[in-house]
Amino acid sequence: MVRESLKEVQQKTIFEEDQPIIRVENLTRIFGSGRNTVVAVNNVSFSIKKGEIVSIIGESGSGKTTLARLLLKLDYPTSGKIIFKGQDITFVKKRSELLKHWRQVQAVFQDPFSSFNDFFSVYRILNNTYKIQDRNVGEEERKKEIIEALEQVGLNPADILYKKIYELSGGQRQRLMIARILLIKPEILIADEPTSMIDASLRASILNLILDLRQRFKMTIIFITHDIGLAYYTSDRLLIMNKGRIVEEGNADEIILSPKDPYTKKLLEDVPVITKKWEL
Amino acid sequence: MSELLIAKDIKAYYKTFDGQEIKAVDGVSITLNENEVLGIAGESGCGKSTLASVLSLLFRPPLYLKGGEMWLGGVDAFKLTKEELRKNIRGKYISLIPQGAMNSLNPTRKVKQMIIDVLKEHNPNMTTSEILDLAKERVEALSLPPRILESYPHQLSGGMKQRAVILISTLLNPKILIADEPTSALDVSSQKIVIKLLVGLLEKSIIKSIIFITHELPLLRHFTDRIAVMYAGKIVEIGKAEDIIFNPLHPYTKALMSTMLVPEPYIKKMKIEGIPGLPPNLKDPPKGCRFYPRCSQATEDCKFDEPKPKEWDGRLVWCEKA
Repeated sequence: MVRESLKEVQQKTIFEEDQPIIRVENLTRIFGSGRNTVVAVNNVSFSIKKGEIVSIIGESGSGKTTLARLLLKLDYPTSGKIIFKGQDITFVKKRSELLKHWRQVQAVFQDPFSSFNDFFSVYRILNNTYKIQDRNVGEEERKKEIIEALEQVGLNPADILYKKIYELSGGQRQRLMIARILLIKPEILIADEPTSMIDASLRASILNLILDLRQRFKMTIIFITHDIGLAYYTSDRLLIMNKGRIVEEGNADEIILSPKDPYTKKLLEDVPVITKKWEL
Repeated sequence: MSELLIAKDIKAYYKTFDGQEIKAVDGVSITLNENEVLGIAGESGCGKSTLASVLSLLFRPPLYLKGGEMWLGGVDAFKLTKEELRKNIRGKYISLIPQGAMNSLNPTRKVKQMIIDVLKEHNPNMTTSEILDLAKERVEALSLPPRILESYPHQLSGGMKQRAVILISTLLNPKILIADEPTSALDVSSQKIVIKLLVGLLEKSIIKSIIFITHELPLLRHFTDRIAVMYAGKIVEIGKAEDIIFNPLHPYTKALMSTMLVPEPYIKKMKIEGIPGLPPNLKDPPKGCRFYPRCSQATEDCKFDEPKPKEWDGRLVWCEKA
């Protein structure tokens, strides 16, 4: 017992505010074997500070979603290290430890239509988040928190609390996803294409909700996206991925206004912007 | 400049099983000129895909035509019989690339076999070798990779599949090509290649005009001549592409433009807001202006008076306040 708590104290002191909250070293994920190998993530290293908003930008097949899955511990790397708050969590496999990880690192996914069980009620979905939380909260208290979370994401609890998921629109489901995050309050939020299936008029509202999470909880946010406009609007820093490698990394303004890597330059040229017309 | 298509006051409704009507397209008029690229922009559910299936004469129940007329170079399109449509119009006068067409290619046939199928159906006298010569010629003219003909769909990337679809649907030199969200599932690089291909078809006079449907307004700026913005089954503004992009007049077009996230320095300095509220249910759309419940400039009048088109330097705006 004594040794246990001593270990915990040591771990707490190792992690300090200005240290990276998550650090990745030479991370590699190879699928398949023999002639059919695909190196989805190839020797990737980066670190992210607490409260930072970072976008990992890549086209389809660049390995960005595989990288997100590795950070979420939904998949294991072939080699390399993931260090979260000073601790090496690369090969954590025990259920209890994984749950602890998911309490601290959560995700908002691309497709709001396949992220929930259609036949559950909104209340049940949100109540389920308490299964991974380590707080002891009574029934009454839970309901109060759930109602508060729904209000914060702009959903009317009176209307929606006992609705089934299949009755909700895409935008409402995506807001519900963020209400989950408000209840769990993870330290890191990984948003994998959170708005690619949402209309333009709603996109900005959803993004602003996510950005508020940093303001209020100092949450670290990682966007995984191919939408360069979104990445530029939201992020402090950008990582550009191509064929499993990070080809360019830096401050958002620097990369968008003066890209250095040829791949980044090509990518930016192909984005339809307003001020400069394409030569076709 | 001659008009290839004139559509007047088109109304196309879906009938639900309990007899209600969904007014997906409700009084849309459009003219398409030769050598013109017309963009149609709008959010999901605004009726843009329904409009595409009406204009390409490919609609069937539960979608039906409530009213309106359409002229294809002097021919009254809605009076044509099924057989006339099949023989003279589809593929030859109008060709439609529906949304998600690239995922509906037959997975068990090579692209060249699909090309042979299409041409044999329309020109039974052509021999297989003539067809293949034509296909090769096309592939060369459009500088597509030659392997495209010998490939099965699963061997092609998304961008290549979309190019194969475009190749097949323009074989009969249709005068009008209607493309419904052809690039929305593609990466920016493939998107640009597909758009280059479409523009190339027009420049080589293989097709005479394009209607390009998308939800992404900034994309239209780069290759369209005119843009029509749709909201809840109606066109709210139509005009020259540059005017719509740089100087939108309708409150909805303005709001839509202001929500666009493009990687340009100015967006970093401002807070982009969404448009509050949701589009109306088209079973029972608002009486007056359909946008008034979400409009920041709306007044009491907007609730009751259906807006009439106002002409402004060659463009039409359906808003009393503009």
